Amino acid sequence: MIQIKNLHKSYPIGKDSLHVLKGIDLHIKEGEFVSIMGSSGSGKSTLLNIVGLLDGHDEGDYYLDGQLIENLDEKKAAILRNKFLGFVFQSFNLISYKTALENVALPLYYKGMNRKERLKIAMEYLDKVELKDWANHLPSELSGGQKQRVAIARALVTNPKVVLADEPTGALDSTTSNSVMDLLKGINDEGMTVFVITHEEEIAALTDRIVRLKDGVIISDEVTLKKAKAV
Amino acid sequence: MFDLDRWREIFQSINKNRLRSVMSGFTVAFAILLFTLLFGVVNGLSNSFKGAFVDDAQNVMFVRVWKTSKPYKGMQKDRRIQLKNEDLDFVKNTYEDKIQHLTARVYKNVSISYKTKQDNYSLRAVHPDHQFLEKTIMDEGRYINERDIRNKSKVLVIGRLVKEDIFGEKPALGKRVNVSGISYKIVGIFSDAGGDNEERLTYMPITTAQMLYGNNDYISQINIGYNPKLSLNEAVAFGNKIERDLRKKLDIHPDDQSALSVRNMAELNKNVGVLMLTLYFIVLFIGSGTLIAGIIGISNIMIFVIKERTKEFGIRKALGAQPASIIGMVVQESVLITTIAGYLGLSLGTYILSLIGDSWEKDYFIKDPSVSQGIVIGATIVLITSGLIAGYVPAKRAAKIKPIEALRAD
Repeated sequence: MIQIKNLHKSYPIGKDSLHVLKGIDLHIKEGEFVSIMGSSGSGKSTLLNIVGLLDGHDEGDYYLDGQLIENLDEKKAAILRNKFLGFVFQSFNLISYKTALENVALPLYYKGMNRKERLKIAMEYLDKVELKDWANHLPSELSGGQKQRVAIARALVTNPKVVLADEPTGALDSTTSNSVMDLLKGINDEGMTVFVITHEEEIAALTDRIVRLKDGVIISDEVTLKKAKAV
Repeated sequence: MFDLDRWREIFQSINKNRLRSVMSGFTVAFAILLFTLLFGVVNGLSNSFKGAFVDDAQNVMFVRVWKTSKPYKGMQKDRRIQLKNEDLDFVKNTYEDKIQHLTARVYKNVSISYKTKQDNYSLRAVHPDHQFLEKTIMDEGRYINERDIRNKSKVLVIGRLVKEDIFGEKPALGKRVNVSGISYKIVGIFSDAGGDNEERLTYMPITTAQMLYGNNDYISQINIGYNPKLSLNEAVAFGNKIERDLRKKLDIHPDDQSALSVRNMAELNKNVGVLMLTLYFIVLFIGSGTLIAGIIGISNIMIFVIKERTKEFGIRKALGAQPASIIGMVVQESVLITTIAGYLGLSLGTYILSLIGDSWEKDYFIKDPSVSQGIVIGATIVLITSGLIAGYVPAKRAAKIKPIEALRAD
């Protein structure tokens, strides 16, 4: 699903440049539940941004669903994001003046679906995250856990190939964190590829495969005990 | 362009951010309101000026005489100047090619009586050309003609109100009336756009008046209708030349305005034209200034709005919004606000102007202030364009920001 070969990325800082990713090789197959672990500054967010087509890379190859990603302009990137990717952010990133239902339906709007149909589908996904009763509430009326569940519903609504979660539990307490991770696990069980970025060991431990990143290189890539046992 | 979902997005965005929408709208509405009012008032002034001159022909000058105010060629000041038939002939022969109509006037106050009715009226004894210079409209009968002049006929052309006073509803044409003891036949009844005073006048052939009242060749005033082919400047020069020549002929000091003066409508028209042009320029300057201020205002607000919404745009982009859709959304919102607000300002302006209507005519010399269709359309185009620009420039920049930077914004 995601294949990365010798990926490099640097950011210019004044006259110098900061080399953030120093040759990453990573292959994530369809249906995997992977976490990228690393402390801040390890390059994990940069990796997610590149994988999520929110940012370009300098060197190396990146294949998304077998398609080589290169020379993307904003328009093409937008189409690919809409088609292949679902995002879950640490700070939820819901649009404050839209209701939960409208937030979930937004990606379908950019897909070009008509209003009636997209609201119907959005409602199905809200139901899936058990927030059907909150459909007409604004984000400000929801708790953190509820907001993140709305965000997850929004990430899933286009039926993407990969769900990218950037510190999805970073702003939540541990109980809510667990329920959010359960939700992601459930999605993965249905066959969705889920890609989580975190700096918390406990969260990473809930996934099937942990890739550890340090100073822009992968230092370990292991299947968790849980997964190993299951196999 | 008509995308229901897009409009829904825009209305939601405007509705959820009412304050900023109203704020940006207000700037534009106010600018357009001021613009409309200014233009309307100047149009009203212009209407008044035009109205003031409909009475008489535009290409006229009047030669008038009084007493000298300066001694000249050994003669004392305070000498009374009298125009005579020879002066009229002099004007006629000297400037033949530059003159379209020419008439002299003799003023008299007379008492007109018919059966038991009697009243006093102003009388003008004139040449036939007077009709064209005064724009006299014949309701019945005819005006003074050349034969009347030759025969010194005892005929009268009376104003509509004179006829009403003396004859009421009964026919007056062909009747004989008594003017200060002499019997005259009424050959015509006229009306005049100049108002009641002009319709309470009576005309008779100038030769008749000269013979019967004093038996001399005196005239009170010469009215000249210059050739309309003359440009304003040529007409002004022509007036000055007549003034100089007549002063010379009548032995008047060249600068003696009091003894002989030529009141030239060309000069007046020229001055009014220059005044109106200046006013229009001032209004155009102030008006476009206000409009530009309004446009800058809305641009500033749009920049602020877009900064505020950068994160939202980042989210939208992450969810699959293409840059064009973001730009389109912002521009459409901006155009919508400017157009609606502009139209509110415009309507309010025209409404206020219509309320003023003619009520300011007496006190402020402003008649029927209004803005023309062209101005309205022009202002609307300016509004939509400014809305486009005000939205497009910052939106383009916002759409260029990478989604990840946009998401980081707060």
